[in-house]
Amino acid sequence: MTAAFHLFRHDLRLQLRHGTDLVAPIAFFVLATLLVPLGVGPEPNLLARLASGVIWVTALLATLLALDRLFQRDFEDGALDLMALAPLPLELTVIAKVAAHWVTTGLPVMVVAPILGVMLRLDTNSFLTLELSLALGTPVLSMIGAFGAAVTLGARRGGALLAVLVLPLYIPILIFATSAISAAGEGLSPRPHLLLLASFFVGGIVLIPFAAAAALRNALE
Amino acid sequence: MTTMPPNRFAGVDLACRRSERLVFTGLDFAVEAGGALLLTGPNGSGKSSLLRVMAGLIKPYIGRLEHSGASLADDPAHHRELVAYLGHQDAIKPMLTVAESVRFWAGIRGHEHLAEAALAAMDLTALRDLAGRFLSSGQRRRAALARVIASGAPIWLLDEPTVGLDTRSIAGLEASLAGHRASGGMVIAATHAPIALPGATTLDLAAFDVRFADEADAA
Repeated sequence: MTAAFHLFRHDLRLQLRHGTDLVAPIAFFVLATLLVPLGVGPEPNLLARLASGVIWVTALLATLLALDRLFQRDFEDGALDLMALAPLPLELTVIAKVAAHWVTTGLPVMVVAPILGVMLRLDTNSFLTLELSLALGTPVLSMIGAFGAAVTLGARRGGALLAVLVLPLYIPILIFATSAISAAGEGLSPRPHLLLLASFFVGGIVLIPFAAAAALRNALE
Repeated sequence: MTTMPPNRFAGVDLACRRSERLVFTGLDFAVEAGGALLLTGPNGSGKSSLLRVMAGLIKPYIGRLEHSGASLADDPAHHRELVAYLGHQDAIKPMLTVAESVRFWAGIRGHEHLAEAALAAMDLTALRDLAGRFLSSGQRRRAALARVIASGAPIWLLDEPTVGLDTRSIAGLEASLAGHRASGGMVIAATHAPIALPGATTLDLAAFDVRFADEADAA
């Protein structure tokens, strides 16, 4: 367990040293969201209706942007070999790396999302649900992404393949997250949707490490 | 950590398949505590593949690896604690300093206290605060070797350890290898360059190459 934490800190430090790694996804998230009012016009009711969907779709694409670096660099420079040979199981390595990925993508998205919500005139009742849905949903995006990144590891033009593989798997998260937010906006309880998101989170944390670790072992053979 | 150093590391009737090609078959090897094994053979004869099999990164197609007579497949986690692997790549991060890299890899095995001595052994003390991206290829190789030394593992698997090293660093490496063996460790190295491994057994992989066997069958 200490080894996993050690690896988490190491990954985090690496990403903090690469300034662009940290800035690029969140800058993409903000800019892409800003483009929507420019494209559809500033009509408040229209923006309010689009807000939750726009924030979630761009958040989803922002996490995708950072995925290819999750294992690719370690694979190319031989570090992944050494991680596979470290005393901690590869499954824990996956969890540590997913956690570091979330801290540098999902967490900043959660911090910035309310500001964008205000700008897009998101319903006042929906803000708490927006944050809850992001808190439950973005870790799942990181987990599914880690699985995709592990499967496409070593493939030529893996980036495009990764997007094609991962985006369909993101659909359920997107549906339940945005329906939670619109339910809250209409004065209904977002609870069932959030509970479904929580079930994805729990299912992901149980299954994804094994699937991703198996894919990594296969890539290293 | 309960790392009981094995007194014998051996492979029995090993075969390795890479995609559709059998790289070697019927290969046996054994190394005793304090011993060394030198892998030789032409390019593509499977030296690197054999080292990856020994490390546990590739499952042998046929055959098995043993520690002191116990099959390794029964306890892969134990095996991971026993081996330190140096591949073709150095795994030195451009944004981390030499000392940070070596400390990280030592720390993940719970041996962070070994890092300083390892840096000194590879003559890296003066470079310790230099970021990886400023290192020459020989310096990167030395940092990777320091990582192996700091692993605290009894079995060192070295793939071309001397690539890019100057004569002085090679002498330093030879001293470290001798010290490791004197304390009961094992060294298995694949190399084309001459390296002093007194009393090492030499294993020529050309002898197990299937292509030669095919020719023999044809004749």
